[in-house]
Amino acid sequence: MPLTIGVPKELAAGEKRVATVPEVVEKLIKLGFAVEVEAGAGEAANCDDDAYRAAGAKVVGSASELWSSSDVVFKVRAPTADEVPLVREGSTLISFIWPAQNPDLMQQLAARKATVLAIDSLPRMLSRAQKMDALTSMAGIVGYRAVIEAANAFGRFFAGQVTAAGKVPPAKVFIAGAGVAGLAAIGTAVGLGAIVRANDTRAEVADQVKSMGGEFVKVDYEEEGSGGGGYAKVMSEGFQAAQREMYAKQAREVDIIITTALIPGKPAPRLITAEMVRSMKPGSVIVDLAAEQGGNCELTEPGQAVVRHGVTIIGYTDLPSRLAKQSSTLYATNLLRLTEELCKTKDGNIDVNMDDEAIRGLTVIRNGEITWPPPAPKIAAAPPAAAAAKPPAPAAKSHGHGAAGQPASAGSTAITFAVAAALFWFIGAYAPPAFLGHFTVFVLACFVGYMVIWNVTPALHTPLMSVTNAISSIIAIGALVQIAPPVAEGVQRPEAWIIGLGVVSVALVAINMFGGFAVTQRMLQMFRK
Amino acid sequence: MSTTLATVSYLGAIILFILSLGGLSNPETSRRGNLYGIIGMTIAVLATVFGPQVTAAGYGWIVGSLAVGAAIGLYAARTVKMTQMPELVALMHSLVGLAAVLVGYANYIDPAAAGQFSGAEKTIHEIEIYIGILIGAVTFSGSIIAFGKLSGKITGKPVLLPARHWINLVGLVVVIWFGGVFIHTHSAAEGMTPLVVMTVIALLFGIHMVMAIGGADMPVVVSMLNSYSGWAAAATGFMLSNDLLIVTGALVGSSGAILSYIMCKAMNRHFIAVIAGGFGTEGGAPAATAGAQPAGEVSPISAPDTAELLHEAKNVIIVPGYGMAVAQAQHTVYEITRLLREKGVNVRFGIHPVAGRMPGHMNVLLAEAKVPYDIVQEMDELNDDFPQTDVAMVIGANDIVNPAAQDDPTSPIAGMPVLEVWKAKTSIVMKRSMASGYAGVDNPLFYKENNRMLFGDAKKMLDEVLAALKG
Repeated sequence: MPLTIGVPKELAAGEKRVATVPEVVEKLIKLGFAVEVEAGAGEAANCDDDAYRAAGAKVVGSASELWSSSDVVFKVRAPTADEVPLVREGSTLISFIWPAQNPDLMQQLAARKATVLAIDSLPRMLSRAQKMDALTSMAGIVGYRAVIEAANAFGRFFAGQVTAAGKVPPAKVFIAGAGVAGLAAIGTAVGLGAIVRANDTRAEVADQVKSMGGEFVKVDYEEEGSGGGGYAKVMSEGFQAAQREMYAKQAREVDIIITTALIPGKPAPRLITAEMVRSMKPGSVIVDLAAEQGGNCELTEPGQAVVRHGVTIIGYTDLPSRLAKQSSTLYATNLLRLTEELCKTKDGNIDVNMDDEAIRGLTVIRNGEITWPPPAPKIAAAPPAAAAAKPPAPAAKSHGHGAAGQPASAGSTAITFAVAAALFWFIGAYAPPAFLGHFTVFVLACFVGYMVIWNVTPALHTPLMSVTNAISSIIAIGALVQIAPPVAEGVQRPEAWIIGLGVVSVALVAINMFGGFAVTQRMLQMFRK
Repeated sequence: MSTTLATVSYLGAIILFILSLGGLSNPETSRRGNLYGIIGMTIAVLATVFGPQVTAAGYGWIVGSLAVGAAIGLYAARTVKMTQMPELVALMHSLVGLAAVLVGYANYIDPAAAGQFSGAEKTIHEIEIYIGILIGAVTFSGSIIAFGKLSGKITGKPVLLPARHWINLVGLVVVIWFGGVFIHTHSAAEGMTPLVVMTVIALLFGIHMVMAIGGADMPVVVSMLNSYSGWAAAATGFMLSNDLLIVTGALVGSSGAILSYIMCKAMNRHFIAVIAGGFGTEGGAPAATAGAQPAGEVSPISAPDTAELLHEAKNVIIVPGYGMAVAQAQHTVYEITRLLREKGVNVRFGIHPVAGRMPGHMNVLLAEAKVPYDIVQEMDELNDDFPQTDVAMVIGANDIVNPAAQDDPTSPIAGMPVLEVWKAKTSIVMKRSMASGYAGVDNPLFYKENNRMLFGDAKKMLDEVLAALKG
């Protein structure tokens, strides 16, 4: 029996997004699901009911009707107090939840005996999970929109121009915090022609800032700011003093400041003081993307744009909604990818597989039982600084071919064991003890080789082959012991033949031995950072 | 040196060999790993020569033959070009195989070696000789053919005899039957006939087996022969009751087997299917011509325009293949990479596990050209990044970037993991002509809208691109 996915209208004030769009509805139906959408759910995001109908969804008149007939509910915002009682027992809810900030909501949802997947709890370090990472797609939108809002409030061009009416200097933009939103803001501002500088406490993002066309501004103080999971941590007092100085200097120089600094579970750091705002040129703009968490600027008023000391300070908290169509499309795609993970069989049923690391992290309530926070991830959270290409760095390397034991099917395993058992029985029954000793050594050595080789990095496979080839020259021992063994009196040996064969073998193997090691050495010399 | 001392030395050598293989797990420790191997080998040889099984009468012969072999080996190692590594490795495997055959014969005709056994032990000893020579002979002739194919002396196309599976089966039956005859003989002279017959059949089998395998499957063959040379050493160890040989042979054998497994997995093919041979000749070719002939226009591009695209890109992924090795273009590739990196372009290399003609071939070539190994990444590491990539440049690779592997279930390479270069904003394929790759499959990538073809010799074209980038 295929399940029904329900998409209600978002109730939060000012929320214009919708959890799925008509283009995605078609794909959900292809996965075998039935889709229901509440009337008017997508209106604010330019998706009207007819478009949903055309895509194959059923449009349902009221929220209560939709919640009662849906097995899986897709939402954007966490359910409001009005919505929680509608959650049906045994159903599944997928939305933003923020379990750490909303313990009461968690209790209420658990009491409804539902399964809840919090899209914000996705383990972001898994490269496999990137396609489902709604925080990243939303942050990208926020960064883009922040620049657009700033440009709207700013009284000049971004790009420098030389015109008949005089020379226009380019706008200078400073971006505090180079996470996903910060990087998107850098890209957008550079695209408009501004000179962009950025700073982040995590030194490894300097290259990413440069790759987006920005200039990385260093704080004159040595301290590593990676707090794990791609987020920053709270810095020491000395660092903060040096950082304040740098910000004060930037505030005097630039026209636009966009702040994106967030530390998980903590109020946003105060980066821009009233004093710094006063030092800015009149007409400058500050966009504070941390407004919801208290703001990076002292004078920010969450949800509003205010003018203080001649500087426009924008503290909107609804930036994704200001780009409702785009953010709905991206969010819907993230949920589609998640649905594909949940429904690998493509038969319209979902399987919340708690052994899957990504799904385990997402699942905050399972059948009424709170499963948040998840156990610590198996992989190290801090990627090596150099390897962190993006905040969600590739870490799950074991999926390539690092895993030693590839799980085989039960049937073939049983057959393998049966054959091995028969072989062992045969050897045990007929072979003499001396042979068994060697056989034991042989089997154990095969296993040692197996274990050791799995750890070899693929880049070194050629050197591995040439070194194992050189090592197989050990067969020389076989020839050496035959050339002139101590012979008991009276035994006739065809000396000439044996010595001839032995000498030729030793010479052949020596080519391999010396050549193999030498060429391996030559190759390995070349591997450098 | 006493027997116990020699045994302890062997144990030391075994430990050093294990450490040697373990050391290769990353480039930093790899040089030490090789050193361990050298020390282990030195200890093993010295312990044998000065051990109880060699008398002073043999020293002259041993030193002489070692010196000759060492001179040849070191000369070859010094002069070989990095692009010829697969050939060299294949050739060296053949030496180990041949040595195993010779040692087996020497052991068989030596009454001092056989005299100590009787009854079941004698039978087992003779089976060990038989199997040792069998594996050695297959390794020898198979490696020679692989060498010929890799160096272009023999056609890279699979050569298939009619009813080849039956020929192999008959060969196997004959080998087993003569094996039975062999263990029931009573003197060395009597046993020689079955032994020689078996050796000839094994040699023919090795030739036949590798002849039937196409050039694209060479990574699997080379690592499989590597594995065989290990098993040959292990069989010799059984024959001589020598644990050092058994352990080392098993280490090498399982290492080669795992490498073959990894390579097969990278091509999404069964080991048996590769060994049975004939890729892209049966079933595959008709399907490719009848079903999946991609239609459309290819858009050529010039070297200066390529330089322009690279210059404006922020993220570039280079996918090298065997064509880069053939054209010896790795140094020019590095020059271009260096220039782009200086301009702030993020350049990375995407390596498919079976790119080239042996496992890790591309890594070695790029390392030779001094490309830093941390920008050389595996397929799994960067395959998801193509959508964010501005330019994906394919140099002399074909099947490993063929979208048909994903889209067309009738394609002979269906299901093989490939680098998804077509997801980049622009892909540039450098190729001599429109001919298909080793698998004999047409590549729909060439007809994609965002793909450009840069026709010509890879080295010459890249030199032009480099000149345009500098200018």
